[in-house]
Amino acid sequence: MEFLFNLISGISLGSIYAIIALGYTMVYGIAKMLNFAHGDVIMVGAYICFFATMRFGMPPLAGVLLSMVVCTMLGIIIERLAYKPLRQAPALAVLITAIGMSYFLQNSAQLLWTSSPKVFQSVVGTINGQTGLKLFDGALSVSYVTIVTIIVCVIIMLALVTFVNKTKTGKAMRAVSEDKGAAQLMGINVNTTISLTFAIGSALAAVAGVLLCSAYPTLVPTTGAMPGIKAFTAAVFGGIGSIPGALIGGILLGIIEIFAKAYITTQLSDAIVFAVLIVVLLVKPTGLLGKKVSEKV
Amino acid sequence: MLRVDNLNVYYGMIHAIKDISLEVNKGEIVSLVGANGAGKTTTLHAISGLLKPRSGSATYLQHNLLTTPAHKIVECGLSHVPEGRRVFSQMTVMENLEMGAYISKDKARNQKILANVFEHFPRLEERKRQLAGTLSGGEQQMLAIGRAMMANPDMLLLDEPSMGLSPLLVKEIFKIIKELNDDGITILLVEQNAKQALSIAHRGYVLETGKIVLSGNAAELLENDAVKKAYLGG
Ligand SMILES: Nc1ncnc2c1ncn2[C@@H]1O[C@H](COP(=O)(O)OP(=O)(O)OP(=O)(O)O)[C@@H](O)[C@H]1O
Ligand SMILES: [Mg+2]
Repeated sequence: MEFLFNLISGISLGSIYAIIALGYTMVYGIAKMLNFAHGDVIMVGAYICFFATMRFGMPPLAGVLLSMVVCTMLGIIIERLAYKPLRQAPALAVLITAIGMSYFLQNSAQLLWTSSPKVFQSVVGTINGQTGLKLFDGALSVSYVTIVTIIVCVIIMLALVTFVNKTKTGKAMRAVSEDKGAAQLMGINVNTTISLTFAIGSALAAVAGVLLCSAYPTLVPTTGAMPGIKAFTAAVFGGIGSIPGALIGGILLGIIEIFAKAYITTQLSDAIVFAVLIVVLLVKPTGLLGKKVSEKV
Repeated sequence: MLRVDNLNVYYGMIHAIKDISLEVNKGEIVSLVGANGAGKTTTLHAISGLLKPRSGSATYLQHNLLTTPAHKIVECGLSHVPEGRRVFSQMTVMENLEMGAYISKDKARNQKILANVFEHFPRLEERKRQLAGTLSGGEQQMLAIGRAMMANPDMLLLDEPSMGLSPLLVKEIFKIIKELNDDGITILLVEQNAKQALSIAHRGYVLETGKIVLSGNAAELLENDAVKKAYLGG
């Protein structure tokens, strides 16, 4: 029973990582850059939802939607202002800019909302006064937040896979990720496509932020940093650029983390997570589902 | 139809295209031939907006190509089949063709063009569900041309369509280029394979280290001693 409980917790935590990892992986796939500010968009999303529901009394779902809208705009603005001017710049310059953007968001949050922790109230309500399901005569209890997180992750995955494979815009996105020049020759607007990718990734970040803080309610300006790094790890783990890879990488990372905490040691759980990543990358440098990219000459 | 005047393109310090002027009239096949590194690809990239020239002008019909964003040029009716095919290798043949028709919302017309593409390239229809990256080089070239045709262009820019193909396939591709021209598509054909390219063309230009050194009637160029010596093996 304890094993099952840990497994479900792991999948749930992993689902959050997966949703964040999708943002990393899509942006990497299209813009070929690591957007290290992505984790901090999560934090902004959580704050927006916090103020919307706690201060302004909006219903939870409205809070989530507002948070998605704000983060979508934030993502587009970040790309336009900080990354677009560097489209032709060396990768290192872009990376440093992304790290700078990450600190900028954290410090702005500190200035606006102070660094004193906010207690986030779960957006997932109670049913009959219960916060979760009791299974096997009460031997296993699973909170609704855990269940909702997993369901949301599955829905997002299915929606994204359908979007990317079945819609014209989604296919254009894949075309841009393969060859920007050739995509332009088809009449695809590369700038719009990149904006759209940032928009989707940031909207997902808002969802992840809300789910994360619903499960772990302490909200501070650095809330997004660690999950951001872990989700980035998950994206690399699964094969950066691959959407199913982000899902598998995220879920596995969540399970490994929870199991390490439960059966080995809490203090070293993060170290174990990263050790697993290193081993995977040694064996398969492109990640679990990563494709071998032949360098163009 | 297409007119390029005094075009200059630089890669940093490298002056790759030096004051090139050329013209393609409606209904023509014009071949632009030259050795490796002469600047043929660079010229086409400048025309279709993938590169910004430093000076000069390029117009297609009434459109100023130098101020038109790259992704808008195909909407003017000018399609570019790039060097090295550049098909979307992780997408199926069908998806590649769909991307070719990206600018068109007219489903019925797309269907008609698709049928026409499959008529020219039956091989593509057989393999429409296959990933483009798994096609042979020749099939990829057919796909690249088919993809460009999907935009229903009035003019095609073809960059070394014969590269890496067997002599038999080269013949096939050139035959198809001729057919497309008979269907009314104007063609600017870039080739190292000067003999073949000039033999199907109406006119030709010879490019050498970024400059046009000869131009004229294709048949005359084929007979020109300098051209023979440099490009046709004596
Ligand atoms: N991205 C680039 N950066 C710097 N120099 C370049 C670049 N692309 C091309 N060049 C240079 O510009 C010149 C013209 O190149 P281009 O590719 O246009 O030649 P080409 O005629 O198409 O040759 P090929 O027949 O080999 O395709 C060459 O000297 C090449 O080295
Ligand atoms: Mg070339």
